[in-house]
Amino acid sequence: MARHLLRRLIQAVSVMALAAFVSFLLFNYIGDPVNNMVGQETSGADRAALREKLGLNDSFIVQFARFAGNAVQGDFGTSYRLQRPVAELIAERLPATIELVFVSALLAITIGVGLGIFTAIRRDSWMSRVILAVSLVGVSLPTFVIGMGLIYLFAVTLGWLPSFGRGDVVSLGWWSTGFLTVSGLKAVILPAITLGLFQMTFILRLVRAEMLEVLGTDYIRTARAMGLAPATINGKYALKNAAIPVITVIGLKLGELIAFSIITETVFQWPGMGLLFIQAVSFADVPIMSAYLFMVAFVFVAINVAVDLLYVALDPRLRTGEGAA
Amino acid sequence: MSDLPVTLQVRPGYLWSRFSRSPVAIIAAAITLLMTLAALAAPLLAPQNPFDPAVLELTNGLLPPAWVDGSDTRFLLGSDDQGRDMLSALLYGSRVSLFVGLASVLFAAGLGVLVGLIAGYAGGWIDTLAMRLADVQLTIPAILIALMIDGLARAALPPGVHDAVAIYVLIFSIGIADWPQYARVVRAATAVQKTLGYVSAARVMGVPGPVIVLRHILPNVLTSVLVLGTLGLALAIISEATLSFLGVGMPPTSPSLGTLIRIGNNFLFSGEWWITLFPSLTLVVLALAVNLLGDWLRDALNPKLK
Repeated sequence: MARHLLRRLIQAVSVMALAAFVSFLLFNYIGDPVNNMVGQETSGADRAALREKLGLNDSFIVQFARFAGNAVQGDFGTSYRLQRPVAELIAERLPATIELVFVSALLAITIGVGLGIFTAIRRDSWMSRVILAVSLVGVSLPTFVIGMGLIYLFAVTLGWLPSFGRGDVVSLGWWSTGFLTVSGLKAVILPAITLGLFQMTFILRLVRAEMLEVLGTDYIRTARAMGLAPATINGKYALKNAAIPVITVIGLKLGELIAFSIITETVFQWPGMGLLFIQAVSFADVPIMSAYLFMVAFVFVAINVAVDLLYVALDPRLRTGEGAA
Repeated sequence: MSDLPVTLQVRPGYLWSRFSRSPVAIIAAAITLLMTLAALAAPLLAPQNPFDPAVLELTNGLLPPAWVDGSDTRFLLGSDDQGRDMLSALLYGSRVSLFVGLASVLFAAGLGVLVGLIAGYAGGWIDTLAMRLADVQLTIPAILIALMIDGLARAALPPGVHDAVAIYVLIFSIGIADWPQYARVVRAATAVQKTLGYVSAARVMGVPGPVIVLRHILPNVLTSVLVLGTLGLALAIISEATLSFLGVGMPPTSPSLGTLIRIGNNFLFSGEWWITLFPSLTLVVLALAVNLLGDWLRDALNPKLK
């Protein structure tokens, strides 16, 4: 077990190192930073002075160490396009993305797990068949098509919900929240459904498969034979055993929500980090790109490590060292 | 051909008999084939060449589909703001989408199979290194990697040059984002094949390693690559459309389905629904058909389900 955790830890550190390295290469070598900072008329001597001042003449190792040091402290330089510190821009956009991901995850997990259990317990009912068929179509629909469909239906045709933006936000210190106003809550509905739908269908199918597997085991049959109430069997014995793989996968899927929020934020013009990133890609705004890469890598690594620890906490077999993975 | 393993010669007949009994597979295959043929024959089928500025007239702009009032029968599925025939744009657009999808799957599969074969056959530190690399890459979603590489290319290349090579950048970024899946599967299959008698026999007879891998092991692991590749094609088509929709894929000068949807998105609010609906439908139907085909293939080739 300890070996497994150690291996995962080494992997986590190498992902971070790789991400930092790629961010650094991006930052320093793609698009000359000096050219991006000064105008056409700047003389060669001035450019050379700026290079020296920025430390671009230092050795590769020194530059990388400085970049990594700054990155750890949250300093990613200045955006070329917006001429503001990248850290400030990200801090501004972070609450929007986190709130969106939070609501989507909540939707995906509650509805996905609920329907998954339902379709497993009532596997032959027509409701279950309809739910499964719809979920299959849901998997094949690209996120942005879902978003546009929802916009067309609920914003353009019915006019019930806004099609873009976050609505009114309330500032709580540096955090801006849309959860405290009616327009903010209305604005989050469509983007959250768009972002969460794919993960919801995924969780649904996974929960169903795991539940069906557990329900077919001998100990469940024994429990049935002993005359335990179906609710006790399903809730107390089946669900607990089905939960372990489900929780790990849900953890990893949370990371995907952050990645896919780029698409949702573009469709709904949601002012979060994803939109900031996609604009940076279109304008080749390298500091934002490298900062985003670094941050996302960090989030993914953190989630992976957390999931590993959770796995140990949930599965007693892993603690005794018998069924070590 | 004589030295192909017997299993491969048996499979086509077996596959066909299963195929002819599955309505879903037949419909999915028919749709995929039809759309591929239509895309290939786009220059012959399309009423106009949507990339020739000489035939585009603004007076033909924003015409609705033929069954709606105020339409023009020359534009069966309506036209966009430039006076471009939607049907023609769709035919040419699916051509781009299918080409990018296929090319990136071939690239990803080629790279993944190569790495998988080497890692599986060589074992040792090469194996460990390749698989750790795959693990690391799988930590981050493919679409994010593709976006990153595309953004990198955009930053590194001057804008004019970038548009010209956009299609290759796209193929590379989608392909490179998907290789670990192939590598993992092929590596696992190769490691199993390596222990079988025919490989030992070939080795004892003095057949060089690369020949064993390519001529004897490769044909035996190809079926799993076929399944992955078909499912991967649907994903690659969606990835391409997503990147183009985000504005970092194909430029409007040679639009794919995703670019068309992006353009159409601007007209969603003014009521010109056909500019975005038809490319979206085409994309969804294509992806769904390929996905169903891949699903069927996976079940049909799964020895557990025989």
